[in-house]
Amino acid sequence: MDAESLLLSLELAAGSGQGLSPDRRAALLTSLLLVKRDYRYDRVLFWGRILGIVADYYIAQGLVEDQLAPRKTLYSLNCMEWSLLPPATEEMAAQVAVVKGRFMGDPSHEYEHTEFQKTTAEGEKTFEEDVVVHIKEETRLVSVIDQIDKAVAIIPRGALFKTPFGPVNVNRTFEGLPLSEARKLSSYFHFREPVGLKNKTLLEKADLDPSLDFLDSLEYDIPKGSWSIQMERGNSLVVLRSLLWPGLTFFHSPRTRNHGYIYVGTGEKNMDLPFML
Amino acid sequence: MQPTYEIAEKQKALFIRSGGDREQDMEEEATETAVPNIMEMAFHLEQAGVGLGSEESFRIYLALKHLVEQQPVHTCRFWGKILGLHRSYLVAEVEFREGEEEGEEDDAEDLLEGAEGLEPPSIEEEGEEDEEKVADVVPKPQWKPPPVVPKEESRTGANKYLYFVCAEPGRQWTRLPHVTPAQIVCARRIRKFFTGHLDAPVVSYPPFPGNEANYLRAQIARISAATHVSPLGFYQFGEEEGDEEDEGGAGRDSFEENPDFEGIPVLELVDSLANWVHHTQHILPQGRCTWVNPLQKTEEEEELGEEEEKGDEGPEEVEQEVGPPLLTPLSEDAEIMNMSPWTTRLSCSLSQQYSVAVVRSNLWPGAYAFASGKKFENLYVGWGHKYSPDNFNPALPAAIQQEYASGPEITEMSDPTVEEEQALRAAQEQALAAAEDEEEDEEEEEDEDLDD
Repeated sequence: MDAESLLLSLELAAGSGQGLSPDRRAALLTSLLLVKRDYRYDRVLFWGRILGIVADYYIAQGLVEDQLAPRKTLYSLNCMEWSLLPPATEEMAAQVAVVKGRFMGDPSHEYEHTEFQKTTAEGEKTFEEDVVVHIKEETRLVSVIDQIDKAVAIIPRGALFKTPFGPVNVNRTFEGLPLSEARKLSSYFHFREPVGLKNKTLLEKADLDPSLDFLDSLEYDIPKGSWSIQMERGNSLVVLRSLLWPGLTFFHSPRTRNHGYIYVGTGEKNMDLPFML
Repeated sequence: MQPTYEIAEKQKALFIRSGGDREQDMEEEATETAVPNIMEMAFHLEQAGVGLGSEESFRIYLALKHLVEQQPVHTCRFWGKILGLHRSYLVAEVEFREGEEEGEEDDAEDLLEGAEGLEPPSIEEEGEEDEEKVADVVPKPQWKPPPVVPKEESRTGANKYLYFVCAEPGRQWTRLPHVTPAQIVCARRIRKFFTGHLDAPVVSYPPFPGNEANYLRAQIARISAATHVSPLGFYQFGEEEGDEEDEGGAGRDSFEENPDFEGIPVLELVDSLANWVHHTQHILPQGRCTWVNPLQKTEEEEELGEEEEKGDEGPEEVEQEVGPPLLTPLSEDAEIMNMSPWTTRLSCSLSQQYSVAVVRSNLWPGAYAFASGKKFENLYVGWGHKYSPDNFNPALPAAIQQEYASGPEITEMSDPTVEEEQALRAAQEQALAAAEDEEEDEEEEEDEDLDD
């Protein structure tokens, strides 16, 4: 959610039950402003909170003018002092895939994982060794945030537009989705580089508006039904909750500009989703 | 925009008091209602970062007040919110006044008795038919369903409180039925999202005995049993309890508020889990809070049992299941994968003097409890599922049952070959011929005798 409309956004997202306490809110309002100034970001988003056993991580993301450019991620344990996280790589994702369980809450914590590795010693003997691999919690944090962003960070159709030169900008004339569109999954896009657009047939592409429909929509997400879309307060608030990463809540007031998403959860994917639907 | 206006009208109705004179209104304000101070709870929980927001909490308070006016409620509490796919449930935990009838239970019992009454006549009819056609009757299956564990009485164990749900404050509250042990046992083995419609079927294996309302009630029972905690000393056992030996070691199942409770300092509550205790009974593997031997037969069944073959009674001795007694501290809870099942936090580390102690469950994500001074409260907001570090393994289908016991009646015998048939026919003809010769001999002898 945008740091500028933090209080309203938190109130709209409160239906999921977890938010921030007043002291954290006060801290965020000041510290995110300072982050924006110090790092010279165009927009700062409060991404959410990952619950650890000892402490919680508060995550923020900074965006430059091009909204689809890689985002910088910062984390903090007390909502005041923010540290930059390294960008996520595929090696990190592979490393982190073996770690299971909750986050500890201590960034210097290391997970131990024993792997069988064949090492060739001098001579020609190859033997298997149990190698203990240490994975830092920071790496895991980076990778999990990246996975969640790629999988479930969403934005309503029309909130961003693409200029002919390439960069993607915030659409200042976005007035909100009309009510009929707000209930459909096809009106919401993934906030990441599009993956499935090239697979569309020419007929489908002909109906799309190239300046607005340049991202993947939620309609084709696998597994089908991994989004719970609800109208709260009558029809005045639409809330999407991800079932694949439980804890991600997206809210939007139809016909207004307010929209945003926040993740408050344990940072674990719900692998049992197909059994639960 | 129609539904928006609809819900706004319903919520407006909450705000307007029911008609009455001004004097009555003043009296209402003076007397205490059964609804607790939800705004205070919401304020404290907000310090912990949990809750539905102040405005929503106020609407929930008004909705609870509405519920209290409609139903004969003795105490009531906001239990929490369970999220669903299409709609969510706001859950209220309610205790009726003493002696209030619960009409739904009687209807269910009548249905059961009616079904049992129909069974004996059909058995008699089949007995008559058996005598006539012995060869054609299909062998009866010998599988008997395991004995049904009786559900707990109202106001005891898992059915101690009644639960009402509604989708949004302003809508009608619907009562959830009592939970049966079979439903709890099955709910432990399945994992399904709630859709938001109470009459939706729960499609699962093992098949859940009930619809979504029953599944919801079972999950509420499990969450209450596992995560309702209070500071040590807030509740104490009454002094007029019998000895533990008399109760068969079942343990005490009632408690009362301790009038001398002085509150535990917040820092101590956060440091040690031993300062918090469970104040709901643990649910045994059987599905109940107090153990019942399912093989104990009632008087009627014993009479029938004498007539039936006694060889079928297996020597199954069921062991009594024992769970942790009431008011056990949280430090005794089992760990999940070397991780404590509870996380304690101070709500604000910057102002330790005025913060509240918050306890968060790692086993049921979404269950929170806070305590500050002499106040405490529990709340659950979440999807309604337990945390399991391993992936969910659905139950495998049961082994294929033996159809019929193999015996000479139904084992297939090979048809005799032509040679065997001819040999048999030759043997029969010889036997016939021998018999005729004997008869002729006998007749000749008789004729001879008669002649003489």
